[in-house]
Amino acid sequence: MAELVQQLINGLTLGGIYALIALGYTMVYGIIQLINFAHGDILMVAAYVAFFAITVLKVGVVPALVLAVVFCALLGVAIERIAYKPLRQAPRLAALITAIGVSLFLENGGLWLLGTDFRSFPPGTVNNYTYTLLGGTVRITSMQLLILALTLLVMVILQYIVHYTKVGKAMRAVAYDKEAAALMGINVDSVVSVTFALGSAFAAVAGVLWGLYYNTVHPLMGLMPGLKAFVAAVIGGIGIIPGAMAGGFFLGIIEALVSGYGSSELRDPVVFILLILVLLFRPAGLLGKDTVEKV
Amino acid sequence: MLALKDVHVYYGAIHALKGVTLEVKEGEIVTLLGANGAGKSTTLKAISALLQPRSGEIIFDGCRLHRVSAQEVVRMGISHVPEGRRIFANLTVLENLELGAYLRRDRREVASALDEVWRHFPRLKERQKQLAGTLSGGEQQMLAIGRALMMRPRLLLLDEPSMGLAPLLVKEIFSIIQEINRRGTTILLVEQNVHSALQVAHRGYVLETGRIVLAGSAEELSGSEEVKKAYLGG
Repeated sequence: MAELVQQLINGLTLGGIYALIALGYTMVYGIIQLINFAHGDILMVAAYVAFFAITVLKVGVVPALVLAVVFCALLGVAIERIAYKPLRQAPRLAALITAIGVSLFLENGGLWLLGTDFRSFPPGTVNNYTYTLLGGTVRITSMQLLILALTLLVMVILQYIVHYTKVGKAMRAVAYDKEAAALMGINVDSVVSVTFALGSAFAAVAGVLWGLYYNTVHPLMGLMPGLKAFVAAVIGGIGIIPGAMAGGFFLGIIEALVSGYGSSELRDPVVFILLILVLLFRPAGLLGKDTVEKV
Repeated sequence: MLALKDVHVYYGAIHALKGVTLEVKEGEIVTLLGANGAGKSTTLKAISALLQPRSGEIIFDGCRLHRVSAQEVVRMGISHVPEGRRIFANLTVLENLELGAYLRRDRREVASALDEVWRHFPRLKERQKQLAGTLSGGEQQMLAIGRALMMRPRLLLLDEPSMGLAPLLVKEIFSIIQEINRRGTTILLVEQNVHSALQVAHRGYVLETGRIVLAGSAEELSGSEEVKKAYLGG
């Protein structure tokens, strides 16, 4: 029982981070039907921005996080404007290949600029307390609590933006029908930019948390979490915001359970087998509706 | 109020409008008739800047609409109800209408525009919390028109509002169109339902493969042998 609770806590923590990243994939897909393969690398950039803010600028974790979020939001918008916008009328494959190109650019640019070293945050960057629950059999760290709290906060903010603000309604309208949205006087390009800014900001939060949680930053660190979060978004139903959240947590818990009760070497194969099963039996994702083509 | 002068529009290599010239005067209902593919919708899209003409002029209120964005056209007072309604099915009725007033900043103006839409379409008010996709075809058309009215346009472009509707609903929609016009909105109406369109319109144009081939008052067009033969089944 205690073991199960412990694995669930670990799974929720990891899943929260996956969910944060998956949100960006799913929002961008929802609005321009592009799998933004560079999304995972935004996470790496964020971790480095926070790392240098803490080690060079000597600021605290919170200002470092804010800096990373702002930097990555701008980076996301810039990537869209430079790399994807000129291809909006082009076949989708062209944009997809470009996204892979942007990803390679960020990864190899990172390796060239920052070297191949793994770096760690200085000791004491975050105060890591461990709390024990259920008579000392279950442990939860303050870092895990921080991840869960930030993840939930971001999700609440996003739900608020999407459902209750003007720009959120515009985002849903553009996702549904760009031409009709333009007829309402909605500037489609701005809405796409806002979507990239939000998605990249969430990835930045995830990146900083990931770096702090595992206490390493590396130019290729975005690869695996990016891929996993993509899987999470597909499992939940790509393009559906609650699907990305559910998919993220689901994947995190599965990984924790597989590592806890099986072995951690089985973790990644299980994740990708799961992806294949979902694509075979529920291609629209767990929360996806089987959409019938409108005539 | 609105004038098109020798407007040419291309879709890639396809020459869709081959020099369209027409005029809409303040307070009128003008209908644009023609068969499928004649260029009716293309003409409306050129006016609302969804398409950029290759040559020719579109003049609204003395201003040339040249290289303007769709957003600016809406702001100038032209709203376009597209073919096939194109409502946002994943949003509620109320949210659809709010998006219609996207460029309005004054909340009171939005509220009063909304009241006006409820007055035209009381059925929409009853269903305001419903997802727009769950509405019937007639209600969706009402929503599409209501959404365009939220900007209180001076010129309303209507693209086949009767499409796919039962005869009784067509009648209702056309009487609402007349009512909107009586309250001071100028209307450019694209229709395949020639009979109904000529009943409400003051004037009309007939478009054939990208060219205006006939123009006149609604009475003249109804009486014209060519229109009768081609569109009125007799």
